[in-house]
Amino acid sequence: MSYLEYNVKYVPTGLRKVLYVNWFLVLLLTAVASMGFLMLYSVAGGSMEPWASAQMKRFALGMTLMFAIAMVPIWFWRNMAGLGYVLSLILLILVEFVGATGMGAQRWIDLGFIRLQPSELSKITLVMILAAYYDWLDIKKVSRPFWVLLPIVLILLPTALVLKQPDLGTSILLLMGGGAVMFLAGVSLWYFGVVIAAAIGLVTSVFMSRGTDWQLLKDYQYRRIDTFLDPSSDPLGAGYHITQSKIALGSGGWTGRGFMQGTQSRLNFLPEKQTDFIFTTLAEELGFLGGVSLLALYVLILAFCVASALQNKDRFSSLLTLGVAITFFLFFAVNMSMVMGLAPVVGVPLPLVSYGGSAMLVLLVGFGLVQSAHVHRARQKR
Amino acid sequence: MKRSPVDTEKSARGITRRGLFLGGLQVSFAALLVGRMRFMQVDQTEEYRTLAEENRIKFQLIPPARGMIHDRNGKLIAGNEQNYRIVLVREDAGDPAKVLDRLRKIVWIEDEEVERILSEMKRRSSFVPVTVADRVPWEDVAEVAINAPVLPGITPEVGLSRIYPRASDFAHVVGYVGPVSDYDLGKLEDPDPLLQIPRFQIGKSGVEAKLELSLRGSAGTREVEVNAVGREMRELGREEGQPGDNIQLTVDADLQAYVQARMAGESAAAVVMDTQTGDILAIGSTPSFDPNKFVRGISGSDYKALLDDPYRPLAAKPAQGTYPPGSTFKMVTALAALEEGVIGVGETVKCYGHLEVHKRRFHCWKRAGHGKVDLVKSLRESCDVYYYDIAQRVGIEKISAMARRLGLGDRHDLPLSAVAEGLVPDKAWKRNTRGSDWVIGDSLNAGIGQGFVLASPLQLAVMTARIATGQAISPRVVRAINGVEQPILNDGPLGIGQDNLQYIRQGMYEVVNAKRGTGGRSKIVAEGLRMAGKTGTSQVRNITKAERARGVTRNEDLPWNRRDHALFVCYAPAEAPRYAVSVVVEHGGGGSTAAAPIARDILLQTVYEGEPPLEAYPSSQRGTIRSRQREIEEMLSRPPAERFADRSDQA
Repeated sequence: MSYLEYNVKYVPTGLRKVLYVNWFLVLLLTAVASMGFLMLYSVAGGSMEPWASAQMKRFALGMTLMFAIAMVPIWFWRNMAGLGYVLSLILLILVEFVGATGMGAQRWIDLGFIRLQPSELSKITLVMILAAYYDWLDIKKVSRPFWVLLPIVLILLPTALVLKQPDLGTSILLLMGGGAVMFLAGVSLWYFGVVIAAAIGLVTSVFMSRGTDWQLLKDYQYRRIDTFLDPSSDPLGAGYHITQSKIALGSGGWTGRGFMQGTQSRLNFLPEKQTDFIFTTLAEELGFLGGVSLLALYVLILAFCVASALQNKDRFSSLLTLGVAITFFLFFAVNMSMVMGLAPVVGVPLPLVSYGGSAMLVLLVGFGLVQSAHVHRARQKR
Repeated sequence: MKRSPVDTEKSARGITRRGLFLGGLQVSFAALLVGRMRFMQVDQTEEYRTLAEENRIKFQLIPPARGMIHDRNGKLIAGNEQNYRIVLVREDAGDPAKVLDRLRKIVWIEDEEVERILSEMKRRSSFVPVTVADRVPWEDVAEVAINAPVLPGITPEVGLSRIYPRASDFAHVVGYVGPVSDYDLGKLEDPDPLLQIPRFQIGKSGVEAKLELSLRGSAGTREVEVNAVGREMRELGREEGQPGDNIQLTVDADLQAYVQARMAGESAAAVVMDTQTGDILAIGSTPSFDPNKFVRGISGSDYKALLDDPYRPLAAKPAQGTYPPGSTFKMVTALAALEEGVIGVGETVKCYGHLEVHKRRFHCWKRAGHGKVDLVKSLRESCDVYYYDIAQRVGIEKISAMARRLGLGDRHDLPLSAVAEGLVPDKAWKRNTRGSDWVIGDSLNAGIGQGFVLASPLQLAVMTARIATGQAISPRVVRAINGVEQPILNDGPLGIGQDNLQYIRQGMYEVVNAKRGTGGRSKIVAEGLRMAGKTGTSQVRNITKAERARGVTRNEDLPWNRRDHALFVCYAPAEAPRYAVSVVVEHGGGGSTAAAPIARDILLQTVYEGEPPLEAYPSSQRGTIRSRQREIEEMLSRPPAERFADRSDQA
């Protein structure tokens, strides 16, 4: 869509934009984040410190950022996509050298006011660059080998850097998120067939390489896979997390054990209870109903994004919106599968709920872009 | 890029199609998650709840207070005292070595202990408290509490530990407690979970060990909530245990103290028994040791000193030690012969100083011989030849049957450690154990309580009591458990002719009270308190022909462990026997000189329930007696733990 077409149709400008911000999405995001505050308050033993208040400040900062981004026209962000992508690659390389180590991985750069995780940032910049790429690319060329190879390189660059940190969870998210955008852009299904076949081959070789000189994953990653396949094999070691997590979740029942009454989290049986495993606390204390409520909020957010994307005739906007939605989906799908014992333990936070700055800010930036796309959508003049 | 409206429409259609497909995929996955959640949270709630409860709730045992042990008058023999110890929790300490260094400025901890503590801490989880100092004085505990801010992870705890206020007096009776060892656990089929508590103490010897189950009590339980690292968060429930039974012994603590003091310096054993009830009023064994040292953990050097001492302080001689009874066995032989009618009371045997049987000479202790000897004289003057003669006539089977009837060769089932059975030999025994036939010489030796015969001082006291009363009375050490009186063990009359018993008693009376009696120097002159007794001197070596030819070496000239054992058994009052006493002084020389004076002092102390008046002793001895009484008074005025502290000069 050209600038001219925007002028033909109605695009809100100035302060009127605020009216076109999707307030329902803002409400949904706030509701999810509030469940997070509640749980952080609970796992701290009924205290705002050390997590809940910090998380609230970050949410406020993130919301401000979201509104700021939403006010800027979406075509500006499209033009920024390449810059953002390069910047996140540079940060990913930088983190290798100056990054701080957390949980055995080089993950963040301390900027003083925030610990930035470039891997989180790259989730959004990757979606942006791919959306911009397909917006730029002639639709007829989408399935041609060269033009398929290019986005694959774009995906693999940050994925490889993240995998090297090592952060298996984020690299899987990048890979799947990128792949989803390619799928949406209309890349021939044959490619996906080939990739799936190749993935099966890769998984096989990952397992085959174990214990040899060319071992593809780190030992702890293999152990996590082992533990996932059979948590009871090592109930006090690596399987401890998943076993305790399942106990917490399962003991919740219909309505949970009551707010701040979860024994598993209160007595520290749950590992990482404020970050990756916060859903177990929620499920333990608020039960099946609490868990399903959160999941419903998530699905509503997804539904909104899909609806907004489908209404949007701008290729960049709809690809970006759906890409952010997919990224968001992958966050909670992987995290919940993990705590329910459906997926191996990979470090993926529960979006907007887990304690942590980078993930929340990056997600809200992503929703800022979604809002921007929503606001700056060409509308029929009334 | 600029796109034609056709392309735009095409793009939008493609995105819509695939977007809806992906959206559907996402919703289905969300549905899958809901299904999984439902399965875990609704269908399997019970299982997971149980697991969660198992996670957080731990049961802990509350060790019961161990039962106390009192003497017959209610004086404390074994009790529990509050004991302060200091524990260190690694995770709270940060650097345990540093904290220990600081702690050592306040509390004394040995260098080797520090190493042990640090290594124990490494083995255990970081939140497990490790005891770094035990039995810390209250002042030190207070100082530790004041300095708590610079001693992270250090906490004083209070517990109960065993104390024996009478120190060495009851070491061989009551024994001592100690921590459960793997060996102890191995012996039990289904060990009480209490025994798994670190540093839990159980009886290791004596009454403490034999009545362990009564004394221990039963554990209470505490239900506590713990967090993931096992730290206790709060108590959910509590069920108190049952403290151990209190045990009252028949022993008189003061008399026991006197007996121990009276025999100090000797390797000796004495038993005082009530002839009516069988109550053991005193059961002394010297030298002794302080059982408190064992409770606190005895040092290697102290323990070695106890083991290496030739006087064997660790042995409980009155019940565990067996000795050839020597002449104190003569009553048995005499009673067997009288009962079988092989000899009459007035019938005499001629003693020429020896008796020749099958070309072997059996000597009387008196080389010159006793001349004509009848029963009473044979006891009074302890003529060996008389007993050779009647033993030969009555035979070993009758003698051993009589010995058993009088309580020899019987353990008497007392709750003491390693109670010895002794040995009452007969033909079958010799064939079974020695593989050879009984020969007449064996009977002769047995007749004077030598050869194979072995008896413990306890058995000798029982024998004396049975002779004195004619009743089959058995000893009793435990008077009451938790206030419930234990039965007196009396099987009624022995079934020995009263006349015959009376002759024996007459003989025993004359041993002490008649002219030429072997125990004449130990007579009691107080009226109504006359003592009857029998001396014994039992050889621990063979006297060769050559030695006998040049004259038997006198005891004083032999090394200590080659000298004869000195024995004495007695009862009083002679007319109405109330107490029986037996004394064995290991390698003490003659029974009349080494054992009888001790037995008399103990007997008088028993009868008078304290220090007897000098008038009870023959006037010529009162000076010596008085100075000995002062010596013992002085000894008893010291605290029990310090009375016999230095025994090295006697070793």
